[in-house]
Amino acid sequence: MIDFELDEEQKMLSEAIGRFAAERVRRVYREADEEGQIPADVLRSGWELGLLPSSIPEEYGGFGAHSAVTGAIALESFAWGDLAITLDILAPGLVAIPILLAGTEAQKATYLPPFSQEEKPRLTAALTEPSIHYDPRHLKTTAALRDGHYVLNGVKSMVPLADEAETILVYAQESDGRTQGFLLPRHTPGLTVGEREKLMGLRALPTFGLTLTDCRVPAANKLGGDAGIDFEVILNHSRVALAAAAVGVARASHEYAMRYAKERIAFGEPIAHRQSIAFMLAEMAIDIDAARLLVWETAWLLDQGRPATQNATVMKQYVDEMVLRVTDGAVQVLGGHGYIREHPVELWLRNARGFATLDGLAIV
Amino acid sequence: MISFEIPERITNELQLAKMVAEQVMRPKSRYYDEYEHERPWEYINVMWPVLRDQNKRRFERQASNGSRPQREGPDYTILRLVMLVEQLSWGDAGQYLCTPDAALGGAAIEAVGTTDQKNRFLKRFGEGEPKWGAMAMTEPGAGSDTSAIRTVATLDEKTNEWVLNGEKIFCTSGSLALEESDGFVVVWATVDRHAGRAGMKPFVVEAKTPGVSIAKKEEKLGIRASDTVAIVFNDARLPYDHILGSPEVQQVDAASTKGFKGAMRTFDASRPVVAASAMGIARAALDFTRERLAEEGIKVDYTKPRFTWTAVERDLIEMEARHKAGWLLTLRAAGLMAHGKENRLEASMCKARAGETATWITQKAVELLGPLGYSRELLVEKWMRDAKINDIYEGTKQINLLIVARSILGYTRHELK
Repeated sequence: MIDFELDEEQKMLSEAIGRFAAERVRRVYREADEEGQIPADVLRSGWELGLLPSSIPEEYGGFGAHSAVTGAIALESFAWGDLAITLDILAPGLVAIPILLAGTEAQKATYLPPFSQEEKPRLTAALTEPSIHYDPRHLKTTAALRDGHYVLNGVKSMVPLADEAETILVYAQESDGRTQGFLLPRHTPGLTVGEREKLMGLRALPTFGLTLTDCRVPAANKLGGDAGIDFEVILNHSRVALAAAAVGVARASHEYAMRYAKERIAFGEPIAHRQSIAFMLAEMAIDIDAARLLVWETAWLLDQGRPATQNATVMKQYVDEMVLRVTDGAVQVLGGHGYIREHPVELWLRNARGFATLDGLAIV
Repeated sequence: MISFEIPERITNELQLAKMVAEQVMRPKSRYYDEYEHERPWEYINVMWPVLRDQNKRRFERQASNGSRPQREGPDYTILRLVMLVEQLSWGDAGQYLCTPDAALGGAAIEAVGTTDQKNRFLKRFGEGEPKWGAMAMTEPGAGSDTSAIRTVATLDEKTNEWVLNGEKIFCTSGSLALEESDGFVVVWATVDRHAGRAGMKPFVVEAKTPGVSIAKKEEKLGIRASDTVAIVFNDARLPYDHILGSPEVQQVDAASTKGFKGAMRTFDASRPVVAASAMGIARAALDFTRERLAEEGIKVDYTKPRFTWTAVERDLIEMEARHKAGWLLTLRAAGLMAHGKENRLEASMCKARAGETATWITQKAVELLGPLGYSRELLVEKWMRDAKINDIYEGTKQINLLIVARSILGYTRHELK
């Protein structure tokens, strides 16, 4: 039966993350963006919230069950605090969730139990490629089976935390044209991590390019074993995560713009008393709510195990444009002040611009 | 718990509505658009027996239940209504508006009428020939600003009758209700011109009441199958108990706008219904455009990367995205009501967005189909004309944005005019 109410567990999770975002993340995110570095204690506390272990079943050392809807709710709260810090804290999920969804028993037994430990596992994933023609379903990075090993060649970009990763899940195209995932130890010969990337937004998140030259991994390192994975499912889960994060960024901008508009006096009264401003804020609120419903619907389809590619594509189209409209609108409401880095709306606009590009940077 | 599952009993009913839409409404869509003041009897005759029997069973159930509290759990009524209206509007929005039922007038009686009034005015919808109910609020000088209503009801103490004088316009199904069936119109009038909103009261005006006349049948941009009239009240006399709710004009501030708030309360249900109608028209245009383009070999591949989308594919995906957004906002507003939750803000959100979206999608469909879109041989241009009303009635987009803005900013109408 149609219902849009969070259950008790989701409410508690969303509140706990919301508190962390408001009390810890919002104190440091601006400086983190300027410095390109996130304070270690915030990252540690964020990890201790236990969002990823709560998606992992008990038999693999976690304490919960996986749900894309719950993940989307959590991501929105998290990203409301700051997108870069969220993506840093959740980076190991880029390996955990695909393994949970599609990994072999051996892969689950190896990679999932460390998630219940105090230390954040040093895991990340590489999907995006530095090309205008980037297409996750037809990657230029290739994986060829040779003597019981896969040999990978190609170039990747926007790989978060690659410098300190122990294992990187690299997506590549197999000879049959399908996208598959391969678990590469960081020190695989031929795998080079490039310089830290300089991005328009997400400046607090260290991301790197990778070069793969004849990187050999045992066939057992292929995600899902011989049969491989249905990449559509992984991609859709990832799109839900990023779209949910986009809703969080949009909500942050909208709240800030509303507060500002109620305080900023022009011509003798708050600018929010004027319909030209108030209507912008109303449209933004409707946009954000609509986007959240689209995200939840796709997440719900995924949780039901139903086909979701069409929904995910349509949702992504809506959300990518929504988050730009809203964050741009927030800068506009603040006028000249919105352009100054004293206010966070310019940061949110820079981060928002990435959503159309940032494939595979989060997954729930 | 978050769910997008539509209950099976609703999906079954939707199958029937789809058949009516395809086999009864669509074949006559063009005809009733061209012959504006004729009535879509094929549709009315199919719907009336079904609705009549449903109403009859409902009245019987209500009578036997007496004052027992309603059963636990969600109330499907509004969700069912929203989904049926979407499907019927996908068929033909103008014909759908001629559905023989008590409509908004009935909703007002259900909301504030006494048991005796409900019996007297609503029972007729469970028996006999097709009937219509209607609501008359708008006046030449009072559109969205309903507190400016000038129609006056004066109590004649000698005969204990209300005497109505004034003029109402844009009354949907007004002629069907007053002249073409034994229906009624709920008319909003003031009992005290100086009391503002506190003086505004709803009155039930029966069909064929002396002093009530249809002054004009409107000719419209779209939804031409729907009957829209102006009504003039010239010393129209109503029995005393045709007033709905209390006749008192309370000047205590909190309670003084109760009558008016009663009217506003019905919008919480009617706005999602109008939004649903808009989304039904939008889906008709979207489905048709997609089918026609597919015949030309243009089909959206949802797995293609964005940089390879053609302009047409991009438009289609954007239409689909906006359609989904409008529809989900509508379902949310209805879903909240089904679960017994407050939905004032969400009702205005869905209405503001759905009206605009349907207008945009149908215009885009006309554009994408080129000369075919502009031709009256096809229905696309009609859907574009039909869609526009949803951006206007039950509160224009602007009025609904105003409600949304005040709500999110925590402003009263004094702070945000």
